[in-house]
Amino acid sequence: MNPKRIGADLAVVARGYYRNPAALFFSLIFPLILIGLFGLIFSNTGTTTVTLEVLNENPHSPLVTKFLSALNNTTVVKVAVVPASTVSASGFSAWLGQNGDPVGLVIPATFTTNYSSGTQVNLTMFANPQDAAAAGEAEFAVSGVANAFNLAKAGGSSLIQLAGTVQGVGGTNLVYVDYLIPGLIGFSILTSPMFSMVDVASSYRKEGLFRQLSLTPLTRSEWLTSRIAWYILLTFAAAGIMLGMGVGVFDAHVSLNAGLIPYLVVGPFLFVSLGMLAGSVAPTPESAAVIGNIITFPMMFLAGTFFPVSEFPPGLQTFARVLPLYYVIDGMNQVMLFHNTMRAAADLAVVVVAGVVVFLLAVRLFRWRDA
Amino acid sequence: MPAAIEVEGLVKRYGGLTAVDRIDFSVPAGSVFAFLGPNGAGKTTTVEILEGLRQRTSGTVRVLGLDPWSDGAELHRRIGVIPQEFRFFEKITPREAVEYYRALFGSSVDPDEVLGRVELLDKRSARFDQLSGGQKQKLGLALALSNDPEIYFLDEPTTGLDPHARRAIWNVIRSIRAAGRTVFLTTHYLEEAELLSDRVAIIHHGHLIAVGTAAEIIAAHGGPARAVFEAAPELATRLTARLGVAARASGGRVVVDLAGPHDALRVLSAAEESGLPWSSFSTERDTLEDVFIRMVGEMDDGALKGESAP
Ligand SMILES: Nc1ncnc2c1ncn2[C@@H]1O[C@H](COP(=O)(O)OP(=O)(O)OP(=O)(O)O)[C@@H](O)[C@H]1O
Ligand SMILES: [Mg+2]
Repeated sequence: MNPKRIGADLAVVARGYYRNPAALFFSLIFPLILIGLFGLIFSNTGTTTVTLEVLNENPHSPLVTKFLSALNNTTVVKVAVVPASTVSASGFSAWLGQNGDPVGLVIPATFTTNYSSGTQVNLTMFANPQDAAAAGEAEFAVSGVANAFNLAKAGGSSLIQLAGTVQGVGGTNLVYVDYLIPGLIGFSILTSPMFSMVDVASSYRKEGLFRQLSLTPLTRSEWLTSRIAWYILLTFAAAGIMLGMGVGVFDAHVSLNAGLIPYLVVGPFLFVSLGMLAGSVAPTPESAAVIGNIITFPMMFLAGTFFPVSEFPPGLQTFARVLPLYYVIDGMNQVMLFHNTMRAAADLAVVVVAGVVVFLLAVRLFRWRDA
Repeated sequence: MPAAIEVEGLVKRYGGLTAVDRIDFSVPAGSVFAFLGPNGAGKTTTVEILEGLRQRTSGTVRVLGLDPWSDGAELHRRIGVIPQEFRFFEKITPREAVEYYRALFGSSVDPDEVLGRVELLDKRSARFDQLSGGQKQKLGLALALSNDPEIYFLDEPTTGLDPHARRAIWNVIRSIRAAGRTVFLTTHYLEEAELLSDRVAIIHHGHLIAVGTAAEIIAAHGGPARAVFEAAPELATRLTARLGVAARASGGRVVVDLAGPHDALRVLSAAEESGLPWSSFSTERDTLEDVFIRMVGEMDDGALKGESAP
């Protein structure tokens, strides 16, 4: 491996991209469109009535009844009271998930006494991140009614308020766009190198560019390394764009930390090598495209790109764990959303091992020259 | 002089087709070797085997003492190549391409100097996909020059070039030879081969049918030298009677085969003695092209007859 040769090749690749608007579009503008599109769809607040499951731990209180009918009067939500005997507050999130209810609210036992004595009342809300629209509407209605009650009480201080952030159905406190960011970064880590490397591998061979390169001291591993370096750069740019949009425009609650960086490096390393491998084993450009699609499409949708894998039926969850992209996206989720370092490291290890194996296979199997 | 290229019993089969069939030749270092043959004769196949781009079926091949296939990496640092159809990255400019090669080979050529040699300086900032066919070919030569190689393999470097550009490439080949480098050149232009090369080989259907200097090949395979008059056909009758050799008349020309280099005077005297008028007298002999066309034609006729025999 000679860094000077890798650098020279990288310069050629970068200039080629820069002069090819279509390639740049897919690598940088496409992620922007993706996050914009999904962000808009799922942060959209419509006018349909949402059923709000209310776990009332403070029954037989005229004040609570008044509060709930005020909620109904907003016409934004329709209250469905869940008796405290059905489920406890701690199991409520799971209960909502099982019943497929998108939003839930807990009225604490202390609601009436605290309100009357001027002590703060904390309401807990749950929302399914897959149904961000319902979550947004319910949150809007609950905080509106709470404001009205606060104003009615002398002083108008925020007596009743939603406790912290909205809790997620299923036990997490996340909204859809939060899942979307690691997912879409993963999508871009997968698709941008896979599609183009499969094409490069077969078309360079067909056009004799590999034979031309074989006549120089550039080695196959240097060539592949330069491509990997290029896609790492592109991935950083695409991830930057998506994080900027997600946090800046759609209020995603992701934490930005250096733990993300290893995924932005080993992800492209794995998928550039995989694309090269797929393109090399295929006899023609047409079959290369087919092989590339067979590998890419399941990962595009089932590895946690657009929807959290935890929302999948169990069989599909098992399948997702076979897909290398799952570990890239899960790792980024652990780093950015759940702060689970151990699991993030385990995910990273899977990606590194897969990357090394695929890289070595690709270098071995792709041929500069034919017999 | 040591041989830069040595080939013995080289065979290349593509499935059932034998593209190169037991050929032997050697190319002395510092010489220009022209490899001629009609389309599909096996030229590119042979060159690619010498360059280490293709694996041979059998035989021995040594280029700079190396086995081109198994020692490819080492060989490629020391040779320069223009493939028959030179393709490169679409968006690169000639200048960038030479700089790229310079970096890959760790050489210290001046890109503008190299592009100047192949007369491509005016297009140094154009993108490859906007170059004409001839300009692409020139860039191929520029890249071959950029690591100052010991042997150049040029597969039809002047095909499709205009006469001016062709001469520019010839000059580059001459300067390469003057610098003591070896050139292996395939071409369809017999004149080019005669002009530039020290030795020539003719390949046909995978067989070498002639190897040597152009003069040697003409001497061995060409017809005898001829005396040519521009005259009326009667002269032919008179000359045949006087000389005892058949003189041929056609298209206002009368042609007599010469027995040897000093036979011309005898023929000329016979013409003078006939008293018939003639307007010009000259001697001529076969060019390499005449020989090439005759040999290839005869082989094909033979092959056709052979095939039609039961
Ligand atoms: N990759 C290949 N697979 C199968 N047959 C091939 C292949 N390459 C060449 N041939 C065949 O081998 C023979 C020699 O081809 P080659 O390219 O060496 O000819 P050439 O002398 O360079 O011809 P030209 O003057 O047209 O360039 C031809 O009959 C050709 O069809
Ligand atoms: Mg050829």
